[in-house]
Amino acid sequence: MATTPDPKNAVKPVTYIDTSAHTYAGISDKITDMVLKRPIGKGWLTGLGIGSAGLSLLICAIMLVLIKGVGVWGINQPVGWGFDIINFVWWIGIGHAGTLISAILLLLKQQWRTSINRFAEAMTIFAVICAGLFPILHLGRHAIFYWLFPYPNTFGLWPQFRSPLLWDVFAVSTYATVSLLFWYVGLIPDLATMRDRAQKKFAKVAYGVFALGWRGSAQHWARYETAYLLLAGLATPLVLSVHTIVGLDFAVSVIPGWHATIFPPYFVAGAIFAGFAMVITLAVPLRHFYGMHDFITMKHFDNMAKVILATGLMVSYGYFMESFFAWYSANTYERFMIWNRMTGPYALFYWALLLCNFLAPQLFWFKKCRTNLLVLFVVSQFVNVGMWLERFIIIVTSLHRDYLPSSWNMYWGTFWDWATFIGTMGLFVTLFLLFIRVLPAISMFEMQMLLKQTRDREKAAGGKH
Amino acid sequence: MTHSTEIEPLYGLMAEFDTPEALTAATEKAVAAGFKKLDAYSPFPIEEVIHALGLERNSLPLRVLIGGITGCLTGFAMQYYASVIDYPYVYGGKPLNSWPAFIPVCFELTILFAALTAVFGMISMNGLPKPYHPVFNVERFAQFASRDKFFLCIESQDPLFDEVKTKAFLGTLKPSGIFEVEP
Repeated sequence: MATTPDPKNAVKPVTYIDTSAHTYAGISDKITDMVLKRPIGKGWLTGLGIGSAGLSLLICAIMLVLIKGVGVWGINQPVGWGFDIINFVWWIGIGHAGTLISAILLLLKQQWRTSINRFAEAMTIFAVICAGLFPILHLGRHAIFYWLFPYPNTFGLWPQFRSPLLWDVFAVSTYATVSLLFWYVGLIPDLATMRDRAQKKFAKVAYGVFALGWRGSAQHWARYETAYLLLAGLATPLVLSVHTIVGLDFAVSVIPGWHATIFPPYFVAGAIFAGFAMVITLAVPLRHFYGMHDFITMKHFDNMAKVILATGLMVSYGYFMESFFAWYSANTYERFMIWNRMTGPYALFYWALLLCNFLAPQLFWFKKCRTNLLVLFVVSQFVNVGMWLERFIIIVTSLHRDYLPSSWNMYWGTFWDWATFIGTMGLFVTLFLLFIRVLPAISMFEMQMLLKQTRDREKAAGGKH
Repeated sequence: MTHSTEIEPLYGLMAEFDTPEALTAATEKAVAAGFKKLDAYSPFPIEEVIHALGLERNSLPLRVLIGGITGCLTGFAMQYYASVIDYPYVYGGKPLNSWPAFIPVCFELTILFAALTAVFGMISMNGLPKPYHPVFNVERFAQFASRDKFFLCIESQDPLFDEVKTKAFLGTLKPSGIFEVEP
């Protein structure tokens, strides 16, 4: 019996690709052409110029630290952790959104991950590279950084396995390795496409070497899909563990303002919050300059904005709980710490942090804001700044006025602190621009799979009526 | 059976299709016809083809599990040896074997070993890297297999393989082209 569907009840399924506008060949060509056919533009060159200027600054700053030591930075007693740790946590947090998109959203069968996962994973790797520089530079005695690793040595010494800082070594190095593997495995079939499409001999050989002779055999795809799913399943607890351990770096100490059980989950939420802001920061210009409007749709931005709103609320819950715990503990030092944060010399930073991380994302309750690129971009910048301020507040305000008033002091970054920080941004921009120039920035085979699945679903839905 | 020609035997015969649905149908028919040594090639994984070839299950998950367990045990053994046997040092009033503090490193090594097993297991089980493979001798394959065309190859190793009959069989699958794959 034919029934006309009630328009009120008819739910239009959300699709992330327009099946009538795309073909398998179209997807493949559009993405390969961005690398193989598109000439090097002025915009890209300008961006690379800015990026390499920052990178040069970073190299100078690192050289100076290596020659003169960490004294060129603003750290001293009582604030022994400054920009180095702030920036380390900031960068590593940014990286987490890439893993979230590629792994967790894969497990949750969220199809909107498909067009943004490749460059988000690249973002993860580059952010981890930037993050990894800071603890190494902060060591002071850089030449013996390998003492961090347990290796057989003639001293008969071992690292302290009960220290969160050592856990960090394992967590961050595992995270870097697994992120790189995950990214590379995702790239193999696309590298094969690049190899087959490339015209120039050098490009053909270069892509060919990394494609490992991939030929798209069903036997291979079967194992490939298993491996990819397993990697997603492994990366998910990994990403949670990494920022949990970063949270434990603080929580395991006895410093008021750090010694809080809420730190691990609140750090993980903060990482995802910061990471999605960076994904939007990168996606808006990428989509605009490379004309990817049909791949990265407004629905993608809408979803990302919702994730930012949700994690922003979790982070804000963390801020309020920190204050509540400090008051409820009735501990003099805890209460002083939070009062000093709110009204002390760094109070402006604290309130700016709440503006950036709590107030600004509230705009995302409104669909109009979630689908307005300008609002999205501006709020993302607020979040990027806010998350940096969060780490500044946590680290500096907790240390600068400790138990003993005679040792109180102020902390400000020096020129070389800023140079190192801005320099890592240059490194990040450089790596990202090189990435979109030489590798497919969107996963082709996954987009083609998405097209097939969406077509199948539409066919099934159409067949019912 | 090789024919009168003196050239090397073929690697196989290959049919080209325009859609994933056509490849699925062809694969199902080829399997039903009793071919054993055959493979389907596509620019992206197609669930139905993997199903038709009976490839849903493989030993990778078991290997990854073993890799993960090895990582965990390695992590614990290393920390136990360092903290209890080789360099016993009482720290913070904790027992030498303060196992709760060893969990993070065990966990990270579990993930690391499992992930390495997943990636290198997949690559080696797939016989990669493979610098040369006969299928690329087909010009159409080298150009379009990774873009938007779908191929089915019946290999000459198959007991049912016969150049003339297999070619005729492939013809019944309505391909857009049939190619001989030089070895």
